[in-house]
Amino acid sequence: MAYAAGVDVGSTQTKAIIINEASEIVGRSLTDTGANVVVAAENAYNEALKNSNIQEEEVEYVIGTGYGRYRVTFGNTQVTEISCHARGASHMFPNTKTVLDMGGQDTKAIRVGSNGDVLDFCMNDKCAAGTGRFLGAAAAALDIPLGELGNVAMQSERPVKISTTCTVFAESEVLSWLGKGKKIEDILWGVHLSIASRSVGLLRRVGIEEELTFTGGVTKNPGVIKALEQAIGFKLNISADSHYIGALGAALFALDHIVASRAPSSVKETA
Amino acid sequence: MTYVTGIDVGSTYTKAVILRDGKEIISRSMLSTGFRLEEAARKAFHNALDLAGLHEVDCSYLVTTGFGRHLVTFRDVNVTDINASARGATFLYPNTRTILDVGGQTMKAIQLVEGGKVKSFRLNDKCAAGTGAFLEKTARYMGYKTEEIGTLAAVSKQAVPISGVCAVFAESEVINHLSQGSSPSDIMFGAITSLVARSTQLIKRVGLTPEFTLIGGILRYESMGRVVREQLKTEVNVAEGDMVQFVTALGAAILGFRRMEKLNKEDAVEIT
Repeated sequence: MAYAAGVDVGSTQTKAIIINEASEIVGRSLTDTGANVVVAAENAYNEALKNSNIQEEEVEYVIGTGYGRYRVTFGNTQVTEISCHARGASHMFPNTKTVLDMGGQDTKAIRVGSNGDVLDFCMNDKCAAGTGRFLGAAAAALDIPLGELGNVAMQSERPVKISTTCTVFAESEVLSWLGKGKKIEDILWGVHLSIASRSVGLLRRVGIEEELTFTGGVTKNPGVIKALEQAIGFKLNISADSHYIGALGAALFALDHIVASRAPSSVKETA
Repeated sequence: MTYVTGIDVGSTYTKAVILRDGKEIISRSMLSTGFRLEEAARKAFHNALDLAGLHEVDCSYLVTTGFGRHLVTFRDVNVTDINASARGATFLYPNTRTILDVGGQTMKAIQLVEGGKVKSFRLNDKCAAGTGAFLEKTARYMGYKTEEIGTLAAVSKQAVPISGVCAVFAESEVINHLSQGSSPSDIMFGAITSLVARSTQLIKRVGLTPEFTLIGGILRYESMGRVVREQLKTEVNVAEGDMVQFVTALGAAILGFRRMEKLNKEDAVEIT
């Protein structure tokens, strides 16, 4: 049995996925990227190996993706995270037409073809507005663990309107609302609505078509899911492994390579 | 003897200045704003009073300015930070025609007409790029405190170019540079150079009329003034030490003194 691996080195977290020849996930791991990107990639990969009980020698091909993909020193090659998210999302939800990937420092909208190929994409590139960081800043300002943010926000009855787009300014705005006596849940729900509305703006630029698969670390936040579904008007595809979809896509590309390398040489040359 | 207080409630620091007879600064105090803006203003006021050996009743007029000026209920009046900065800068440097104010979350360029009135101004409003937050975050990502920014940048030999503008994205860029072996001081100096480049663009939008006066918390870093001089190729006024942070509070106090004088005159007319 051969295995393939994908390591997605994101700005905030590094994810590793190992799949078998049937494209089934056999191991996964998640670690904070931190300052040493090379070490983070190694740690994530080793952890995924351990957790799948597979020896490193059994993994035939490793692909790095994400902003730190060139730091995956043990990787055989690299693929952009746009392609990997499209591929992973289509694999998990075959009817995917649109992908929204929301990570720690970036948000991407991708229009996907029927084979999981990228038709168009759009992302924030100059500014962290509307990314996971926006939620992180609000969580830090209010001293609430990131994991509880969505649940607290969803208790809101009268959300405040967050007017700033800059993540740095959002922190001040949150504090000033608090100073004016607004409830924490109302401020937070305002933050969630604001991030959802920016994402929908990004999605419109590539076109919103059902089904929409939501990927990236922010999928862990039920508040963002609710706010997005309200804004878009239909349910999003989400799985427990949504956070790993980029790494999964990379692993699937790695498996393609393994399969292609076994094929007769004539096929290999054209591949 | 008349004492007037100017309080500048900024996004990051709150500054108070007590002025005697409209011309002499007798005390000043500064503290972190936090999120209880009125409390910060009151504390800064009381600290300044204590330093001057005065009591609340000795202060005849109190003027607030800065982003939190409306939230200070014990004020007599509030003035915009643009007007206060103009007044404070021309008090210190009478020939000022262009002001650059770089604070914790703001960056403003102000052009004055002769005589010190505001002609036009530009400011960042949607984004923290080019403000102190950019430097503060750069320092924090490298494990340094805000107070260490000045000394860190001062020893740099070669600025590392920082291409990103977003204060949040600066983190990834800083990490990349660190992992490529750049020294923290060169990265810090690179961040200052990048910030100044944004500031000079803003100044160009209001016009380059000498003399230039630089104010705001970020100017307490000596390298800021130096880089602005190099990029604009001109001499600039920078108040000594931490006085650069008090220029707007000072201007508010001066405006307060003028207004009080005017009101007193009107009262006097009514009585006669």
